[in-house]
Amino acid sequence: MAPLSSTDTATHGRDATRRRRAPARASQGVGADPLPVKTPPAAGPSADTVIEFRGVSKLYGPGGVGLERATFSVNRQEFVFFVGSTGSGKSTLMRLLIKELEPTEGIIRVAGRSLAEIERKRVPYYRRNVGVVFQDFKLLPTRTVYDNIAYALQVTGASRRQIRAKLPDILRLTGLSTKLHNLPHQLSGGEQQRVAVARAFAGHPPLLLADEPTGNLDPETSIGIMQLLYRINRAGTTVLVATHDNAMVDRMRRRVIELRRGRIIRDEATGSYGPQDENTAELGARLRRGLL
Amino acid sequence: MRPAFFIKESLRSMRRNAVPSFAALASVLVTTLVLGVFIPVVQATNGAANDIRGKVLVDIDLTPSASPAEEARVKSELEHTRYVGRIELVSKQLGYEQERRLNPQAFALIGYNPLPDIFRVTPDSPDNAQALRAELDPTSPLGTRLISDPAIAAVQNRQGETNSILSATRVIKLTMALLAALLVLASVLLISNTIRLSLFARRREVEVMKLVGATDWFIRWPFVLEGLCLGALGGGAAIALLALAKVTLVDPLANTVKLISQPDMIAFPLLVVVLMGCAIAVSALGSGLSLRRFLKV
Repeated sequence: MAPLSSTDTATHGRDATRRRRAPARASQGVGADPLPVKTPPAAGPSADTVIEFRGVSKLYGPGGVGLERATFSVNRQEFVFFVGSTGSGKSTLMRLLIKELEPTEGIIRVAGRSLAEIERKRVPYYRRNVGVVFQDFKLLPTRTVYDNIAYALQVTGASRRQIRAKLPDILRLTGLSTKLHNLPHQLSGGEQQRVAVARAFAGHPPLLLADEPTGNLDPETSIGIMQLLYRINRAGTTVLVATHDNAMVDRMRRRVIELRRGRIIRDEATGSYGPQDENTAELGARLRRGLL
Repeated sequence: MRPAFFIKESLRSMRRNAVPSFAALASVLVTTLVLGVFIPVVQATNGAANDIRGKVLVDIDLTPSASPAEEARVKSELEHTRYVGRIELVSKQLGYEQERRLNPQAFALIGYNPLPDIFRVTPDSPDNAQALRAELDPTSPLGTRLISDPAIAAVQNRQGETNSILSATRVIKLTMALLAALLVLASVLLISNTIRLSLFARRREVEVMKLVGATDWFIRWPFVLEGLCLGALGGGAAIALLALAKVTLVDPLANTVKLISQPDMIAFPLLVVVLMGCAIAVSALGSGLSLRRFLKV
């Protein structure tokens, strides 16, 4: 699979622009079944589309619905939240995207290529283009911070010299420069999540998925992680975050896709889209204001 | 393939997972030790059983006064007899030396050679021993011996003993084969189970490696090398213990206990090679194959 390009930062499709202008309805309640999709998803993929879900369902045995006929697309360099309660299908969606699961029906395209076409033995090469952050961090417990992050580069065949050249920037970005030789259990939750983000971003993937990245963290630490993800997004990476932290989503003012029982019930921007030229510190200040 | 990286990874893994690594090493050591003892025991027992089966033979005792011409005549008669497999002349002197070696005190007491020249005839099959005896030493309906050649003093064949030897050795050989098969199976299961347990403890690690884009072989190589290393260490330790036991216990007994001095018993260097090869192969393959189910992420 060709690597996803992360350099195109210019335009979003017309559909994305339309979504940004949509009114704020983040906290709005959800009607009873049948579940209506309040804002229809994009009619078709544009040239900027990085992710496209078309009628994707995932069933876990009889009666177990992970995802049901999900259709949406995500453009390059977008920052998208997937919200919903536990069991709504957020994690299923993430696991489908990293090809940990196969859809029961429908098509998932990433960078224009159907994931179904990727053979099992080629999956690792695809995953190198997708950084993933998990709620439980999933760090290698017997490796130091440096080794955990370096591992993501080692699997790509990077030499020790290349790793030494690349890692200081990532460590600075994530604020881990002083924790290099610590083992995961010697770090706080926020620091462990930073390591997970650093590892996910080590190879500068064009797509970064975060599944409940702030689920185990206090509000202040969560803001730090969101700032970090925002910074990564500003560097050109498309970021998808699954969360049930509605307050945080409201304050971030980015595109929100809401799921309920596996179905997409809302796909819209939250408030007005946050200022595009807002820097990380400004974002942090805005998020903290919301906490007060 | 980056050997230095993989070796470093496997060493680190052994250091960090010292307890499971030790368990794997210990199971390899114990299994190799048991195999190392059992292989020669099976072989010696089978060798002894074959030896005993080979001794199902008919001795033709010649009269003490038999001349070389008579010997040649008897030999020629034997060659033309049915069921004869092999004929060997055991001269008085040779027989004396053989027997004296087995029972020196008795022969020292006798002080002279009481043995006749013997034609030792092996039947073409151990089961034909009785038929051969009937050919060489026909008896009358009254049970008296009908002498077929005046130079033959007696034909010796112990019917009851022959039968028990044949059935007992058959049972021994079958039992040993079954035990050997069971032991090999138990060894493989023990080692692979220990490795599986050790891998199970690290399944999350493997899952994370997969999720960051490591290929199956990138993850597998350190595990295979670790298995190889533990197999070599466990096998080496077991062989060292076996060598110690050989030097201190077996070798001193070899001259007195016939079973240990079996001529066709496996040579120690060959045993070392076989055990080492098995220990390394089972551990390395066990590691690599057991990992398979955890790689399906």
